[in-house]
Amino acid sequence: MNSSQLLSVVTFGYAVAATLYLAAWIFQRPFPAKLATWTAILTVLGNLAGFFMRWAESYKLGIGHAPMSNMYESLVFFALTIGVIYLYIEHRYQNPFVGAFATPIAFLAMAYASMSPNVNDRIQPLLPALKSNWLIAHVLTCFFGYAAFAIAFGVSIMFLLKLKARADGKGILAFLPQRRILDDMTHRMVLFGFLFLSVGIITGSVWANSAWGSYWSWDPKETWSLITWFVYATLLHARLIRGWYGKKIAYLSIIGFMAVLFTYFGVNYLPGLHSYGAS
Amino acid sequence: MTDKNPIWKFFISVKLTVVLLLTLAATSIIGTLIPQNANPEAYFRTYGAFLYRVFDLLNIFDMYHSWWFQLLLLLLTCNIIACSVERLSSTWKLIFPRKISFKRSIFEKIKQNEEFSDPRPPEELEPAFTAVVRKSFGLLQVEKTDSGLTIFAEKWRWTRLGVYIVHTSILFMIAGAMIGSLFGYSGHVNIPEGEQVDRVQLRNSNQVRQFGFEIQNNDFSISFYPNGTPREFRSDLTIRENNQEVLRKDIVVNDPLRYKGISIFMSHYGEIAPEKPPEPAFSADNIQLSFRVNASGMIYKRKAEIGKPLDIPEGLGKFVLMEFRESAAFMGQNIGQALVGILTPPGGQPVEVTLPIHFPKFDRMRRGDVVISMVHENKPAHAQQNPEDIRYYSGLQIVKDPGVWVVYTGFIVMIVGILITFFMSHQQVCIDIRKKGKKSTIRVVGKANKNQLGMERSVQILAHHLMDSRNHEKRKS
Repeated sequence: MNSSQLLSVVTFGYAVAATLYLAAWIFQRPFPAKLATWTAILTVLGNLAGFFMRWAESYKLGIGHAPMSNMYESLVFFALTIGVIYLYIEHRYQNPFVGAFATPIAFLAMAYASMSPNVNDRIQPLLPALKSNWLIAHVLTCFFGYAAFAIAFGVSIMFLLKLKARADGKGILAFLPQRRILDDMTHRMVLFGFLFLSVGIITGSVWANSAWGSYWSWDPKETWSLITWFVYATLLHARLIRGWYGKKIAYLSIIGFMAVLFTYFGVNYLPGLHSYGAS
Repeated sequence: MTDKNPIWKFFISVKLTVVLLLTLAATSIIGTLIPQNANPEAYFRTYGAFLYRVFDLLNIFDMYHSWWFQLLLLLLTCNIIACSVERLSSTWKLIFPRKISFKRSIFEKIKQNEEFSDPRPPEELEPAFTAVVRKSFGLLQVEKTDSGLTIFAEKWRWTRLGVYIVHTSILFMIAGAMIGSLFGYSGHVNIPEGEQVDRVQLRNSNQVRQFGFEIQNNDFSISFYPNGTPREFRSDLTIRENNQEVLRKDIVVNDPLRYKGISIFMSHYGEIAPEKPPEPAFSADNIQLSFRVNASGMIYKRKAEIGKPLDIPEGLGKFVLMEFRESAAFMGQNIGQALVGILTPPGGQPVEVTLPIHFPKFDRMRRGDVVISMVHENKPAHAQQNPEDIRYYSGLQIVKDPGVWVVYTGFIVMIVGILITFFMSHQQVCIDIRKKGKKSTIRVVGKANKNQLGMERSVQILAHHLMDSRNHEKRKS
């Protein structure tokens, strides 16, 4: 079995996990939840294995490099980071319902990677500009940031849904965690994401300076990552200083994730130096 | 706040921060949708006369360096400085009072607590517990009460300054950027192999800067992957100062040459169109012809002379060279130097054969039974160019930026500042020990200025350690 085949199975794994988490939530049964957790754990392990397998395969082809250099590889890594962070949250908060909102995002990332005709899964040799130790540091930190923001986005959706929960405690929305827990979880994820995004932008900046002589050239990718940073900085200031809680934070978190998506995918449709993520 | 200067009041507002951050975000989007610093004619064609004038007026084509964008950044800088000064000056005495005191009433209000009992009386617990608490908390105060005693402790008060560290880091970055733009420069230069330059034309301007030394491009080399994409390209550069070689280094993308504050980056490359080598003089003395017979595949070599008939091998007729033409013509095209001869096949009509010196396979087109060509001692001049023979130029990016290290300092300070601000808090604990007969009941409470949930965990752990001290005592005795 090669890495692409394993990762196709992983895609399916995330779909199964998402379905089980959804079933656990809707039907309020502990068994689907336990099954969902185990499915998620196995899927994430498969995702990790696929990542390392692809790394090894590239060496066998004589063009060895960390699998973080094109769209396919970044999507696989994105799903992996979402999976890892999600499992940590489930362990820490002992709450499987977030799984229904986190694993679908991992599934979508893997599905796009495996099935889109625009995404090529062939292992390609590294272009000269990508031959740097900064590649791993920069991609790793950026994607942990993106993943945290993705989960914050899922939790914010849960929060907005919970707002519509019936006062009498009936209906499926009643089974979602309490609003103040969801709000706290969103905040913690944004803190984590903001730290990693900051380190991601910084490592990218230092790399750009040693590769191109300029730590900031306002190219679309750099600019959009800064826009994302500004949105989440606004969220933090609004919360910590102005005391914004709940709904306003949920909306900012959702807007922030839209900025993350544009930074990740949207910029590839604009002209610039950062086009590596496109193929 | 009525006694405050209205300008100061404007700059210390967090509302201003939110407005500035969102405005910077929104306007930055424009610069990614409208390509920056491109050809004015391209803009004119794309947007038409009216929009072009509007955009040009607002400097949209180089908006990140426009006056209004820089103004937003300046306002943000003033906002950061004002907010920090204001908050720090009004809270300094609260954060760092001359004498740190603990308010019991605040701790009593905290609901989340750990309660347990211990068979020892309070007086005995004091040394045991203070020893445990000292391990995790720096500052400790013991207060005697009517029913026993209370141990107060805290740590990491200084982490309340974390937020100012983060904001200071931004000031570093902005300062570094300003230093770079005021005292630095950047430009691009193409140096063909073997040549050298001592100056560069700056980007977006007509100014030229001299380095004070020469950069010589000794050699450019490039290698490709099997699929044709570039694997690596490098320039072998020498720095020459006062006619002396000072430094020699190979540079590749991601590994520049740095000398006297100037950095030289391998940016791109190009081929220099090969010069046409002069036509070699033709010598009629030593003409060798090769005859390739199609039926058998055999190739025969024969020496030929102009005017002297030859027998073509395998009975395929006679061939005689008639003349040498300097610029032979074929179907209206000049094919350069060529020999012309007459081939007479057995029992057939004689036919004129042209043998261009530079196109050995030319005679194939005739589709005869035999293909004739000239045999060369040397490589033909128009053969496929060997990559080693192609002459390249190295495209180098030259940058001088004295502000880089200030910006990098800002980067480090920001990472440290974020870690402190997000993940470290000023933590305080209150361990209230009350006498209960000959034993004690203990209540442990904790509070922190952030992450209260995490603080609750720390309190649980502390309580466990305190309970464990009982077992240690037992083991000692």
